Amino acid sequence: MNDKNLEKSRLGALVYDPAPESASIANIKPSYGLFIDGAFSDASSHEHFVTLNPATEEVLSTVSRASDADVDRAVSSARRAYEKVWSKTSGAERAKYLFRIARLIQERSRELAVVETLDNGKPIRESRDIDIPLAAAHFFYYAGWADKLDHAGYGANPQPLGVAGQIIPWNFPLLMAAWKLAPALAAGNTCVLKPAETTPLTALVLAEILQQAELPSGVVNIITGDGSTGAALVEHPGVDKIAFTGSTEVGRLIQQRVASSAKHLTLELGGKGANIVFEDAPIDEMIEGIIDGIFFNQGHVCCAGSRLLVQESIADEVLRRLVRRVEQLRVGNPMDKNTDVGAINSAAQLARIEELTAFGEREGATRYSSSCVLPEKGYWFAPTVFADVAQSHRIAREEIFGPVLSVLSFRTPEEAVAKANNTNYGLACGVWSEKGSRTLWVAERLRAGVIWANTYNRFDPASPFGGVRESGFGREGGRQGLEAYLNV
Amino acid sequence: MFIASVGRVSTVPLRLVVPDEIDVVIARSTDAPIVESEAQLRTVLSSLSGVDAVGVEARAAKLATRSIKKSTKMSAIDMAISMVDLTTLEGADTPGRVQSLCTKALRPDPRDLTVPSVAAVCVYPDLVAQARRTLAGSAVAVAAVATAFPSGRASMAVKLLDVREAVAAGADEIDMVIDRGAFLSGRLGQVYEEIVAVKEACGDAHLKVILETGELVTYDNVRRASWLAMLAGADFIKTSTGKVGVNATQPVALVMLEAVRDFAETNGRVVGVKVAGGIRTTKDAMKYLVIVNETAGSAWLTPQRFRFGASSLLNDLLMQRLKQQRGAYVRPDEFSGD
Repeated sequence: MNDKNLEKSRLGALVYDPAPESASIANIKPSYGLFIDGAFSDASSHEHFVTLNPATEEVLSTVSRASDADVDRAVSSARRAYEKVWSKTSGAERAKYLFRIARLIQERSRELAVVETLDNGKPIRESRDIDIPLAAAHFFYYAGWADKLDHAGYGANPQPLGVAGQIIPWNFPLLMAAWKLAPALAAGNTCVLKPAETTPLTALVLAEILQQAELPSGVVNIITGDGSTGAALVEHPGVDKIAFTGSTEVGRLIQQRVASSAKHLTLELGGKGANIVFEDAPIDEMIEGIIDGIFFNQGHVCCAGSRLLVQESIADEVLRRLVRRVEQLRVGNPMDKNTDVGAINSAAQLARIEELTAFGEREGATRYSSSCVLPEKGYWFAPTVFADVAQSHRIAREEIFGPVLSVLSFRTPEEAVAKANNTNYGLACGVWSEKGSRTLWVAERLRAGVIWANTYNRFDPASPFGGVRESGFGREGGRQGLEAYLNV
Repeated sequence: MFIASVGRVSTVPLRLVVPDEIDVVIARSTDAPIVESEAQLRTVLSSLSGVDAVGVEARAAKLATRSIKKSTKMSAIDMAISMVDLTTLEGADTPGRVQSLCTKALRPDPRDLTVPSVAAVCVYPDLVAQARRTLAGSAVAVAAVATAFPSGRASMAVKLLDVREAVAAGADEIDMVIDRGAFLSGRLGQVYEEIVAVKEACGDAHLKVILETGELVTYDNVRRASWLAMLAGADFIKTSTGKVGVNATQPVALVMLEAVRDFAETNGRVVGVKVAGGIRTTKDAMKYLVIVNETAGSAWLTPQRFRFGASSLLNDLLMQRLKQQRGAYVRPDEFSGD
């Protein structure tokens, strides 16, 4: 067994046969209307748009485009429901509805996972194991708060804001809907939710679930559309609160528009998270953490660890192992249960990723892309690592929102902190070290809303999430998440 | 293979791109002893990276979600059968039972000659001769648990005698246990020397070193004990005796496979891994093979380098194999008990 000759051991040599989840479970309807006042109705303009499967470019369904009139109808419905029903419903009663919604999400979890993967392009393993269970967990968690608001730390009998307008992104469609709706409803608000243009379907299945749960009509209204629908919602005078998750660019516009109004606002925007790796980090788990940090959900994650700051003494070893691990990622059909990295959500997003990575090469960074074979149809981008990245490179400064990692190095903890903080964003960071005192020293100095130690991209409904600086303000999750929907 | 950047814009020569490094590259072996003193051993072991328990368990759980279907499942089942160390380690073992087990090892399903033989039969030393007779002329190895198995609580002289007798009776492989008390109390040199002495007593027989990971408790200990055993000359590192509360687990197997991979890359010697204790189902076996596949790779996907120490696993593998062929399950009694 003492091998004298150089031998190679190929990782992933045992090739897995396709193991696709059944698309028919999705039960997607050919068309969907707007969910207003407890029922689906066509848009007043009768305008529609299609939603695609980004992995195949096939049309999945046709959905209504809400006009200004429809937005007005939805906001009026939410206002009526707030005044006549929801503000008079006790916390314990509201909790019952939230529990019911959580249970129904669990019951229909397989269907929701398949719909999410078809509409978004994310691997079925992630929608099945992360998105859908976490969405249910958020409703369960906030159901528990609904009758305990007196004890949330905002004084006795804190009051809801009224009608909340909620605009969510395409990267975690159902999960973001849950992050928005659950605390708002627990606190006693009514909602108008606008899902992203490219991923409206799970929110519309959620509308069916709200009907099943017999949530009073108008308490939640779900309207589909593009940016103009969102803008109409933001500007509607009947809205008391705007909660937005999306790009910093749009967040800035929203803040300008609500500035002259009495509307409350919370923003959860972009990021350029730094994953800081010290030489004493647990190396195998750290490599997995870096991989999860940037390739989870194709890197379409606002808190993605898109910058890797690695201590110089282990930089070569980390890069070698990282490159090997990237090559092992299984890229392809999102419906295959063994897929690690799925499709890019839209042609527009793919174009942006391609533009920024081309810039990375032009600016002199060294590029490694997985040699995986990409499907011919659909929107795809091979997992990519850039080494030799400088702080001044665009790929080190701008949010790519794709499966692209920029690797930089540092010598001292001070330098790591300085580099990590040298960004306008401030959403999330990771620190990897077996030395707790160093981890705490670094964490205290990082300007970011979320800091993970020896892990990355971990979410829990009990843990508040949100950013500082250009990553936004306000928290979602935990007791702190209630503040966004209470008049405090 | 890694592709260089598309040439249209980049003028920067690519550094650090070594296409070979997407594989686990096993270094050239050196015959020189790697460790010459206990202090040096201590330095080597304490320089190993720590293991984050939450992270390693999450990784193992993620790998456990791999879906193995159709032809992959069929070939993985045959691979698993060929990796079984068919084991009987009971006080009530008889020569007749061992003979029956050996017959089964040679031809696990007598009605289907395409079913491979298992890798070895694993017995107590006094039954080695019986097993050797039944398996004479076959490729199925005889493995014996020695060194005062399972506790390892005996003098060194007794342990070595145990090994020599088993080898003399015809054992091809020796499964030894380490002195967990010595390891946990920090007498690393003693553990190392015991393994070196047992290896010498083994002669040509292959040495599997049982770490008894359930008693080492932490993943850091598992990683250090793995390296210690490999540095001392183990041909295999093995999780468990199967005689304590916690036996093989997937995260432990993951840590050990990382250890053999890294050891092969740095020291050039390829050490095998044996998982033992509590592995009863095809589903479990598939999970372990996935961990091998995605952690250490093709060089370990062979009975020479990966084994399952098990007794009831074989029948489940045979049952699932038949299910794959016929599309329906057969009764468990279709297969012999031992």
